[in-house]
Amino acid sequence: MSDAPASPDGSPVLRMEAVRKTFGDSVVLRDVDLEVAPHTVTALIGASGSGKSTLLRCANLLEDIDDGAIWLDGEEITDPRTDPDAVRRRIGVVFQAYNLFPHMTVLENITLAPRRVHGVARAEAEEHARGLLERLGLGGKAGAYPDRLSGGQQQRVAIVRALAVRPRLLLFDEITAALDPELVGEVLDVVRDLKGDGMTMVLATHEMGFAREVADQVCFLDGGVVLEHGTPEQVFGDPRQERTRRFLRRIVEAGRL
Amino acid sequence: MTLVKEQSEPEGADDKGGTEPAGDGYVPSPRRLERERHRRARTRRATAIAAASTLVTGVVLYLVVVSAPGWQRTKETFFDGQYAREAFPKVLEGLWLNVRLLLVCGAAVLVLGMLIAVARTLRGPVFFPLRVLAAAYTDFFRGLPLIINLMIVVLGVPALRLQGVTVDPVLLGGTALTLTYSAYVAEVFRAGIESVHPSQRAAARSLGLSNRQALRYVVLPQAVRRQVPPLLNDLVSLQKDTGLVSIGGAIDAVRAADIIAGRSLNYTPYIVAGLVFVALTIPMTRFTDWVTARMDRQRAQGGTT
Ligand SMILES: Nc1ncnc2c1ncn2[C@@H]1O[C@H](COP(=O)(O)OP(=O)(O)OP(=O)(O)O)[C@@H](O)[C@H]1O
Ligand SMILES: [Mg+2]
Repeated sequence: MSDAPASPDGSPVLRMEAVRKTFGDSVVLRDVDLEVAPHTVTALIGASGSGKSTLLRCANLLEDIDDGAIWLDGEEITDPRTDPDAVRRRIGVVFQAYNLFPHMTVLENITLAPRRVHGVARAEAEEHARGLLERLGLGGKAGAYPDRLSGGQQQRVAIVRALAVRPRLLLFDEITAALDPELVGEVLDVVRDLKGDGMTMVLATHEMGFAREVADQVCFLDGGVVLEHGTPEQVFGDPRQERTRRFLRRIVEAGRL
Repeated sequence: MTLVKEQSEPEGADDKGGTEPAGDGYVPSPRRLERERHRRARTRRATAIAAASTLVTGVVLYLVVVSAPGWQRTKETFFDGQYAREAFPKVLEGLWLNVRLLLVCGAAVLVLGMLIAVARTLRGPVFFPLRVLAAAYTDFFRGLPLIINLMIVVLGVPALRLQGVTVDPVLLGGTALTLTYSAYVAEVFRAGIESVHPSQRAAARSLGLSNRQALRYVVLPQAVRRQVPPLLNDLVSLQKDTGLVSIGGAIDAVRAADIIAGRSLNYTPYIVAGLVFVALTIPMTRFTDWVTARMDRQRAQGGTT
C-alpha cells in the first residue's frame, strides 16, 4: 500500500507467464504472457468473451489459474502459500457493474477497507476519502446512498473506493460499458488524471479511441490468446495479424474508433 | 386549499435535485385547476360509494347470522357476556406470560438462527462437521411437528427426573419453542445470505477484506435487511405458538381460558383468549405489511440488486 514505486529499476509491477485458465471444458485463457511496467497503462481489447474479465480476475486472485504463474512486484502470487488477502490489499479493482455496497453511504463504502483491513483511524480514513471525492467531483455526495447516484457518479465512487487503499496496481474492467456517452467522458477523465499521477493500470475496454489515446500498451485478446500486443500506434495502425485487422475494421465500421 | 403551497414546488422537484428554481413565477393553468377539481370530485364520489356499500354489506351479514338456525344456542355457548367478563381479566393475566415468552424466545431464536445460518455458509474443511450439524439441525426441527417437540420436552424431560434439570413447564416450553423456531429462522437468514449477489462478496474480497469481514460488513447487513418481512412473519407465528406451552400446565392465556371453560362447560373463554391473541398479532401483522411494502418500494426505485 504505497504510492511510491517499489521497483525503481522499471521491473514490471505485474507479470504473467503462460497463464492458462479453464472453466470446465472451455479454455478461457491460453498461454497468456503479459508485462505491465510501473506507471503505465495497459489496455486489454478484444471481442466479447475473449477473456478480458477473466484475465483481470486471475490477476486479482478472484480466480485460480490452471497453469502458468503471476508475479506482483516480483513476488509470485500464484504460489499456493501466498495469502490472497494480502495480495488483494495491494490491488484495486473497479468492476463494470460498480458493485458498491447498497447498505452503506458513499463515505462508508470508501472507508470500509482502509479502516477494517488497513487499520486506519476513522477520522484519517474519512479525511482521505473526502479529499479523493472532492478531486473526482463528488464532494457533496459523501453521505448519499449509492442508489441515489447516477451511473457515472456510482462508477466514480467505485474508483475512489479502489483508490482509497493506495493500491500498487489498479484493474479496471469495462468501467464505462454501462454509461451514456457523456458519463463515459466523466469517467475517462478520471483515468487520464490517474495516469498523470503515475498510477499503474490495466483496463479492459471497448473504448478503442480512449485506449489509443491513453494506453502505453495495447493487448488484443482473441479466444483467450494474446494475439497481438504493442504500442497503440502499432496495434491500431499496423496490426500484424489478419484477425486483429478484421476486429478493428468492424470497430471502425461501427463508428467506435 | 393548498394550491398556494403547490405553486412554489414544481412537480418532481425532489428527484430532479432542485434544478428548477422555486418562485419562477409559475401560475397553474386553468387546465390544471380543472383537472384537480375533477380529481377531487371523483375522490368524494368514491368515498360515498364505499361507505354505502359497507353499510349494506354489514346489515346483510348481520341478518344472515342472526336468522341462521341454531344462532341462539351458538350465542349462549360461545358469546356469553357473563363468562366473557369473568374470563377476560384472567386471560389478560395469563397473556403476560405469553408476551414474556415471546420476548425471551424471540431474542434467543434470532441469535441461534443467525449462528446456525452462518455455520451453514462457512467454507473450509475444518468447518465440515459444523456445516453438517447445522444442516441436520434445521432439517430435523423444521420437520418435527411443534406439538410433538413440546410434548417430548415439556412432558418427557421431567419424567427423566434428571438432577439439576428444571421441570418448570414455562422454561421447558420456551426451550422447545426456541428449538423449533431457530430452525425456521436459520433458514430465513440462510436464504437472505444466499440472496446477496456473489459480486458483492467479490467486491469485498477484492478490497482485501477477509471472508469473515466480507460476511460481517457486507453480506450479513444486506441479508438481514432483506429478510425483515419473513422474520417478522415468523415472530407473529411464534407469538401465537406461545399458547402451546399450556400443555405442560403453565398458566398462560390459553390455560386461563381452559380452566374457566372446563368449570363452566361454556366456550366463551376460548373465544376471549382467541380474540386477545388476534388483537395482539394485528399490530405486528400490520407492521410487517408496512415494512414489506416500504422495502418493495425501495427496491422498485432502482435499488441495487
Ligand atoms: N465463472 C465462469 N464459468 C464458466 N465460464 C465462464 C465463467 N466466467 C467466464 N466464463 C467464460 O469465459 C469466457 C471469457 O469470459 P470473459 O468474461 O473473460 O470475457 P470478456 O472478454 O470479459 O467479455 P466481455 O467483453 O463481454 O466482458 C466466456 O466464454 C465466458 O463464457
Ligand atoms: Mg468482461
